[in-house]
Amino acid sequence: MAKRKTNRINSPQELEAIRESIIKSRDPSQTCIVVCGGTGCLALGAQDVIAGFRRKIQEGGLEKKLALRITGCPGFCEKGPLVVIKPENILYQQVRGEDVAEIVSETVKGNIVDRLLYTDPDTGKKITYESEVPFYKKQKRLLLGDNSNIDPTEIRDYLALGGYAALSKALFKMSPEKIIKEVKKSGLRGRGGGGFPAGVKWESCRRAEGDTKYVICNAEEGDPGAFVDRNLLEGNPHSVLEGMIIGAYAIGAHQGYVYIRNEYRLALEHLTQAIKQAEEYGFLGENILGSGFDFTVKISRGGGAYVCGESTALMASLEGKVGEPRAKYIHTVERGLWEQPTNLNNVETWANIPLIINSGANWYSTIGSEGSKGTKIFSLSGKINNTGLVEVPMGITLREIIYDIGGGIPEDRKFKAAQTGGPGGGCIPESLLNLPVDFDELTKVGSVMGSGSMIVMDETTCMVDMARYFINFLERESCGKCIPCREGLKRMSQILTDITEGKGKDGDIGLLERLSAALIDSSLCALGSTAPNPVLTTIRYFRDEYEAHIRDRRCPAGVCKLDAVIRK
Amino acid sequence: MVTLTIDGRKVQAEEGTTILEAARENNIYIPSLCHHEEVMPYGACRLCLVEVAWNGRQRLVASCLYEVAEGLKIRTNSERIANNRKMIMELLLARCPNNKAIQDLARQLGVKETSFKLEDNQCMLCALCVRVCQEVVGVSAISLVNRGVDREMATPFYEPSDVCIGCGSCAYVCPVEAIKFEDIGDTRYIYWPNNSMEFKLKKCKTCGNYWIPERQLEYIIKETKLPLSAFDNCPDCRD
Repeated sequence: MAKRKTNRINSPQELEAIRESIIKSRDPSQTCIVVCGGTGCLALGAQDVIAGFRRKIQEGGLEKKLALRITGCPGFCEKGPLVVIKPENILYQQVRGEDVAEIVSETVKGNIVDRLLYTDPDTGKKITYESEVPFYKKQKRLLLGDNSNIDPTEIRDYLALGGYAALSKALFKMSPEKIIKEVKKSGLRGRGGGGFPAGVKWESCRRAEGDTKYVICNAEEGDPGAFVDRNLLEGNPHSVLEGMIIGAYAIGAHQGYVYIRNEYRLALEHLTQAIKQAEEYGFLGENILGSGFDFTVKISRGGGAYVCGESTALMASLEGKVGEPRAKYIHTVERGLWEQPTNLNNVETWANIPLIINSGANWYSTIGSEGSKGTKIFSLSGKINNTGLVEVPMGITLREIIYDIGGGIPEDRKFKAAQTGGPGGGCIPESLLNLPVDFDELTKVGSVMGSGSMIVMDETTCMVDMARYFINFLERESCGKCIPCREGLKRMSQILTDITEGKGKDGDIGLLERLSAALIDSSLCALGSTAPNPVLTTIRYFRDEYEAHIRDRRCPAGVCKLDAVIRK
Repeated sequence: MVTLTIDGRKVQAEEGTTILEAARENNIYIPSLCHHEEVMPYGACRLCLVEVAWNGRQRLVASCLYEVAEGLKIRTNSERIANNRKMIMELLLARCPNNKAIQDLARQLGVKETSFKLEDNQCMLCALCVRVCQEVVGVSAISLVNRGVDREMATPFYEPSDVCIGCGSCAYVCPVEAIKFEDIGDTRYIYWPNNSMEFKLKKCKTCGNYWIPERQLEYIIKETKLPLSAFDNCPDCRD
């Protein structure tokens, strides 16, 4: 007979006992080499670095002296592959396989490898510690901060940091109503783009008639330039699962789904592993932590359609149907997946839940702006010095994100605009750099928060060409069900292409505006109704560029090739 | 029953019916291309948009999908609605410039010409044919293929369908006559926008006219369990 060996935790007391034993078994002063194994660093060669460290530690018999942890993304993708030496938090950047030997030998001696430290571009001085790097200074990393302390494939790392304490609290010390009240009070708004108050959604779903209810985690992050959800699932999948279990308990659901892009291989791998471990430890399955509450999570992989990030299309796809949206006059919280009440939230929204339950709505609502509470993660890309993932309190200005955290524009070129919210978002011009970034302020200037992508453009970006790119993307991704979106985007794309090829006509701007109005009003889903945002904002803030293309056959940014037409 | 107001008129409607149904019941015209009472509402053509008073604002909704409610105040026409319908018709007119039904509806909704480059389609992808084939006939011989701008109506892989029974419901229900069928001698021809099929017809024992595709008859017998002899005669020659 095999010995009874199970990791299953049957009560809050057992959870705390196991947590204590994990913490006790670890020496906080032990040196640990942390290597980012996120997608960005892997693309930059982190695999070599990881293999190198493994080999060097083994060859030198240094297992006792040096721990090695492969983690999710700490955010500073620009300078990857990233290595952090704990517990001091010494940051080495752009580490290559050939640097490994030196890092190991110097770290063992207690020395620092100066040449691999980050150089402050303003002062020219080397910076030793992660927290002193300007990129991290203005961030508030409530969700991402733990990433470098967690091996995402190891649930014990998450437990050591207090993981699943919020679930334990929710199940044993709070009623579902109390949890919903707390989430409502926190002011948490949906991070998937719409910004709908999460607690209100939960409450509607809890109150909706129906014995079977579902919760869904939307991880179909398809916006070009968005990698927020990807990194959360790659780096800290248990935080998302914990949020989902708490939500399911509050709503009264026993089945959950994570709908995730099949392209997100690493996130899928880590999430699959996390679900397996959560089941093993009794955080998922029957009688969770001995509470009597049952909940399971299944993964459903998306087939590459952008529109399946739209909640009703997502649910259709989950049901095995063609991923096309339907009207939402009857909300999905009333009639969603398989016609049952369904609560869908995005990855980042779920990840916020354990924080709120652990530290309380009062604390949470002190962070952020008046109407948008908490932090928001942005994936910063484009013409910016520090490409990466940044987590900031809501209400921080665009200028702070782009200049203080993002390090400004490469080669000191002039900032032109930032596109937020993906293809359905809009661009924000230089004159609005002091805009506080939150749900309401972004909407006021014609953009949206969306999924948190922020694409920076400088003087070498043509705004008409930028609008053409996004409309072309949406035209390709429209499901084609409703006429305004399918036919309208096709026409917008044609007009914009004509303008960028020097074939623009007087009246094109007006026609784009008329088309936009119809798409906003009459499209079936948000893909169509938000699609005009890049066009309308570029017309609003960069009308002169459109006019230059159409009237003078000139591209002010020098991007569009119009000269062939001039010669004619 | 609930009472609602459509264009200032108080009308009554059964709970669970849609605004479009309630309006038609009361002879109030709302244009539409993708709606048919025999199939589930779809909401694709967006022509049936109406304004519903909502939180002090006028919200545009597809009346074929929006269910009636007590006290609902609806406008079936306004400048905003008209502009949206006009733009949709401009888009359709550019897609199907030679389609008579679309030309007529465009004119009726105040659109004389389109601002866009002309294509040459007949089908505007309302999917009524596909939905009737699935929901009413029950065979799903045709479907929509590809996504977005590449969307088309066709049989799988554009090949002759081995489940199509040749009933012609798709052609019958098409609001713009983009699907045609004709019976010549002992053969029925169905012409879809992207392919076509032929069906052998059965002869009436009495009058000798060809009256039904053999495949359709097989399907009916399978569904109804009636003997083949019940269909010896065409409907005109039955007792």
